[in-house]
Amino acid sequence: MAITVRNLTKFYGHEKAVSDISFDVKTGEILGFLGPNGAGKTTTMKIITCYMPPSSGTVEVDGCSVADRSLEVRRKIGYLPEMNPLYLDMNVIEYLEYAARLHGLDAARTKQQLTQMIEVCGLKDVRHKDIGEMSKGFRQRVGLAQAMIHDPEVLILDEPTSGLDPNQIVEIRNLIKQLGRAKTVVLSTHILSEVQATCDRVIIINDGTIVADGTPSELQQKFHGSESVNLELKAAVSNAMTDIFPKIRALPGVESVEYGSVDGEIHRFSVFSARGVDIREALFKLAVSEKWVLLEMSQKATSLEEVFHKLTQA
Amino acid sequence: MSSTTAIKLDQFSAAWRNIRTIFQRELQSYFNSAIAYVVIVVFLAIVGWFHTSNLFLANMATLRLMFEMVPAIFLFVIPAITMRLLSEEKKSGTIELLTTKPLHDVEIVLGKFLAAWALIGIALLLTLVYYVTIAMLGKIDNGPVIGGYCGLMLMAGVYVAIGLFASSLTENQVIAFIIGFVMVFALFMLDKVLIYIPESLASIVEFLGIDYHFANITRGVIDSRDVIYFLSLLGFMLYLTVLSLGRRKW
Repeated sequence: MAITVRNLTKFYGHEKAVSDISFDVKTGEILGFLGPNGAGKTTTMKIITCYMPPSSGTVEVDGCSVADRSLEVRRKIGYLPEMNPLYLDMNVIEYLEYAARLHGLDAARTKQQLTQMIEVCGLKDVRHKDIGEMSKGFRQRVGLAQAMIHDPEVLILDEPTSGLDPNQIVEIRNLIKQLGRAKTVVLSTHILSEVQATCDRVIIINDGTIVADGTPSELQQKFHGSESVNLELKAAVSNAMTDIFPKIRALPGVESVEYGSVDGEIHRFSVFSARGVDIREALFKLAVSEKWVLLEMSQKATSLEEVFHKLTQA
Repeated sequence: MSSTTAIKLDQFSAAWRNIRTIFQRELQSYFNSAIAYVVIVVFLAIVGWFHTSNLFLANMATLRLMFEMVPAIFLFVIPAITMRLLSEEKKSGTIELLTTKPLHDVEIVLGKFLAAWALIGIALLLTLVYYVTIAMLGKIDNGPVIGGYCGLMLMAGVYVAIGLFASSLTENQVIAFIIGFVMVFALFMLDKVLIYIPESLASIVEFLGIDYHFANITRGVIDSRDVIYFLSLLGFMLYLTVLSLGRRKW
């Protein structure tokens, strides 16, 4: 059940929220939508779920256009809107039954799906409780159960873990991973570790345009400029700037060296090299030949966080 | 030919199902939240008070006093029960859940409309107690009674549709109530301000006023012109509500 977005543009009045974006989500893929607040993530999701139409461009879910086969699209999609709105006066069972009926499930199927969702989402103990009396973590589970009550093939989740505590985040994340196995999932977030933990693919969106598209590791590779190695040495030298610094700088592949700090005989450096060049071996050999004691050497990878900062800060 | 008819029927039954789902949910919500009980008790108390306090003065076996009283009570009771129907969904964001489910906006509007209308219907049904007491006291003319109840239901339908429209305009329930109240009040007052209106316009204004048509029906004469007036006004307000709900798409 693939999603195809082509040249999608959305104006709110004169303000452009989404500007000419195109992407595909393949069947069975978990796609992370990453971007700062106001980047256009929610707007894009609202268009995919047929809440509102695009100003121009097309969106198709499994070949059905949101413009003229909206009902069919909505039947295929399970949606958890931003902030997880719920009917606080209903209890879990009433609410899920209501959602199931609106999806056109018959009585037998409603019962079957209800039992399954309560089981999977861990709602058994609270199933007779009013949603208004439940904690945020449980409400989030109810929201997810609602989104999946009709066993949709596509799940659109807008910030499914916002406002949860770290334990709940892990729980919900696992739930999404588990449930998303057989489904096409699009989830938005601004938490980067979430993308790394759950998504097969990431789209970074900023100011209404896509600035990056790829797997988390692809993005890390593509967008880090250089590799860096943190180095800690013990050397009995009088002046590190003249006795150590130039020797490291002279190694082949080294682009720059930053002097970190000194603590008696212990000197700390950050050594940067060109992309794809591993200078650890050369550093080790240099240390041996100079009789420096190597206390620590570690390679630092560019995190997705840095990629994100780079791409979304003007 | 027959297959297209089958599809049409299918769509119709799906639409009916959706309307019924919304209707049940809303009606249940009225009773869960005690709004229903408050409305019914207040309604019966006010009607009962004015009805019985004047009954023996008038010394006639008639429900005319009640039928004169209820439209005034509707003016504030109906906007109060309709104010939350859409504005609350807008405020809490659940409107997004509802409108991304596979159903048409018009089904949402109809389900909610019918739920509020049914609540008024239940309250009116309970006023039959007054009918029974009067029928025991003297001989009652049933024509005006049947006409009166029909008129009240039609009037309530129009008011509910107006209240629902007001509720679709804002996410603030208080504002929805005020807009709804002002609109139904204006409609109610139209045929009472005729003396301030140029004579050439008077008959048009009178025709637009809801009380004029209501008075016709309570006389026990159900004229198609009056029924058409109520139903077209009701339909028009529901149509406006559907348009207003679709504003997110503009």
